[in-house]
Amino acid sequence: MRARLILSEVAIGLRRNLTMTVALVITFAVSLSLFGMALMVRAQVDTMKDYWYDKVQVSIFLCGKSSESASCAGGAVTQAQRDQIRTDLESLRPLVEQVYYETSAQAYQRFQEQFKNSPIAANASPDALPESFRVKLSDPTQYAVIATAFAGRPGVDSVVDQRQLLDRFFSVLGGLQLGALVIAIVMIFVTALLIANTMRVAAFSRRRETSIMRLVGASDFYIQMPFLLEAAIGAAIGAGVAGLAMVAFKRWVIDGFLAPTFQFTAFIGWETVLGILPVLLITGVVLAMVTALITLRKYLRV
Amino acid sequence: MIRFEDVTKQYPSQTRPALESITVEIEKGEFVFLVGASGSGKSTFLRLVLREERAGSGQIHVAGKDLSRLSHWKIPAFRRQIGTVFQDFRLLPNKTVRQNVAFALEVIGKPRSQVDRVVPEVLDLVQLDGKYDRMPDELSGGEQQRVAIARAFVNRPMILIADEPTGNLDPTTSVGIMKLLDRINRTGTTVVMATHDAAIVDQMRKRVIELEGGKLVRDQSRGVYGYAR
Repeated sequence: MRARLILSEVAIGLRRNLTMTVALVITFAVSLSLFGMALMVRAQVDTMKDYWYDKVQVSIFLCGKSSESASCAGGAVTQAQRDQIRTDLESLRPLVEQVYYETSAQAYQRFQEQFKNSPIAANASPDALPESFRVKLSDPTQYAVIATAFAGRPGVDSVVDQRQLLDRFFSVLGGLQLGALVIAIVMIFVTALLIANTMRVAAFSRRRETSIMRLVGASDFYIQMPFLLEAAIGAAIGAGVAGLAMVAFKRWVIDGFLAPTFQFTAFIGWETVLGILPVLLITGVVLAMVTALITLRKYLRV
Repeated sequence: MIRFEDVTKQYPSQTRPALESITVEIEKGEFVFLVGASGSGKSTFLRLVLREERAGSGQIHVAGKDLSRLSHWKIPAFRRQIGTVFQDFRLLPNKTVRQNVAFALEVIGKPRSQVDRVVPEVLDLVQLDGKYDRMPDELSGGEQQRVAIARAFVNRPMILIADEPTGNLDPTTSVGIMKLLDRINRTGTTVVMATHDAAIVDQMRKRVIELEGGKLVRDQSRGVYGYAR
């Protein structure tokens, strides 16, 4: 009895304020989509960090024929220098976990592989790519140890920490994430204002009913429930739309475009996207109910 | 049933108190007219009884409850013991007669079986049989007020508050409404009725409490509307 009555009141309320309900659903859809995007970007950064930090190395580029740095004044690296570097690297264990030696030819091959869809690949010649030692550190933050030991030594062109390159990339992604989050917060604030206004209008349009409910002694809970459900249903539908947007983004943008185009990195999986959906639903519904409750305290005074 | 002890009520925006040092007691089963000019404090008196307002000072006891100590969440249960009728009926225009009366029970969570049993009973009591499924705008003013009284009485309250219930009705119709209120009073329900209708007060010969400028100036059993008349 109670439930049926409340639900019919909710249905009447939603229909009576149709324009407000539609506006509420759309703002919820947009703000929760942005919020979901922010969460997805963060998950993506985490995924990429896991993927890349596992692979990053410190590269010690050796002097080639065309190297121009001061330490390469003596021309290309000699076999003795090369052997010395390898011995010194071995002596740095356990900080140095693994050492790979890469010849110019191998570097060229890997370069061709990585940029096979790009015109850069065609312009590169094997000579332009220097031979190098690729060093994997047990603690990637200890890069400075390698840098001081090998930078500037004869036969070494340069020491490059790939992590630093990646960090710059991640800071761009971090900025994106922050941007999405800021917009999401602004949108959520706008949504809250809209809920407050919707509740005000709803309370006004149902003031006859609520004044009679108060007089005959209906409880606060009973009087407010139709309004709260109205807000919660709007939020849930909005969250549903936002969820569809997330799924569509994963299906067509990530799986359909980004992943095949940028094969050198990993992208977030379905479990991450599906994990975000309940977060959107709960955020939306809780936000709606809390804002509605605060507003109704003002407009449905007993 | 209703006891005011030295009650003063001052609204923030006004210089003069709406009610000043009112002490009065209304017993269970009484029928009391509350008379006085507009602005004399009748509505404030009724709002205080309903706990829509709180007294500034003094004590109000209604239906055994000290209203100054009644916590917020107990107000709904308290109001279930009081029925209220207004000059403007306050029916829901999109509900039928039956639905309007049932609404009062449904929103306090009464089971459907009880609603279905009690609503026809009370509609018969107010003599609206045969008009259960009319909409309020299809009824005369007197009939609408009967629906409003049915709604106020359907939960068998201990007290019935009527704020100028005949204010919008012609004299003949008013007599019918007064007979109905009298019948409800005879079931043991305390009735407090604010009114401007001298003819009715003079005819009924019930207790009269007169307010003037927020002060109680007369409390007379079997009284008339005013000495001047």
